[in-house]
Amino acid sequence: MITRRAFLLLGVAAGTAHAQLPPNIAELRRQALDEAIRKVVGNAQVRTGKVKLDLPPLIDNGNTVPLSVEVDSPMTAADHVKAIHVFTEKNPQPYVLSAHLGPRSGRARITTRARIADTGVVTAIAQMSDGSFWSDSLKVIVTLSACLEEGLI
Amino acid sequence: MARVVVNVPAEAKRGEVIEIRTLAGHPMETGFRRTQLGELIPRDIIRSLVCTYNGVEVFRADFHPAMAANPLLTFTTVAAESGTLEFRWTGDNGFSATQTAVIKVL
Repeated sequence: MITRRAFLLLGVAAGTAHAQLPPNIAELRRQALDEAIRKVVGNAQVRTGKVKLDLPPLIDNGNTVPLSVEVDSPMTAADHVKAIHVFTEKNPQPYVLSAHLGPRSGRARITTRARIADTGVVTAIAQMSDGSFWSDSLKVIVTLSACLEEGLI
Repeated sequence: MARVVVNVPAEAKRGEVIEIRTLAGHPMETGFRRTQLGELIPRDIIRSLVCTYNGVEVFRADFHPAMAANPLLTFTTVAAESGTLEFRWTGDNGFSATQTAVIKVL
């Protein structure tokens, strides 16, 4: 026969065991994304604006998602975009692409195709020559996800 | 040798911003997929693309597994002088591909 005290102790033990479980994957991915962005921007503040991220809001096939990033900048030697970084929230790794530009780029615009694993936020961050960071984020809905399909062979 | 394609206008006015399109034939295996037997398929991706204009680097990009297969990348550069643009892709397992394009600046 189990006593009330023993039962409560069991509950406490179960509670601590639960606390030791790893946090859920969504939380881990968000932390990985924050970490990846921190690695790029350091302690600088990321402001919204100047950057225009363009990709379809509803994605049928996450394996090839057309994506373009345009940054409002005169692209002169004194004031230009040094780099454009693209991140996704739900992929196993948050990085998609880092493009390094300069005054010889003429215009800060890149187009590419990405893999997006799941419905979530895509972020583009532009690093300016004066050291500031600007960003734009878009939430996209993915119906067929990339990275997760199996059984090719 | 991997198949790579670049699209650069044959001629441009001096100072004009030209658009360059690049495409490399590559599966961009992410390293996260498994076979039906449950074995992890090792990662095999292109890591970087460097574009030089008459020997001067004008554009560089680092790729990650989240780039789609057959990575396509479009960017711009200023047509400064006549010459050659060289594109070099490098990646895992010693992958390397180069392509050149000639541009005439009027």
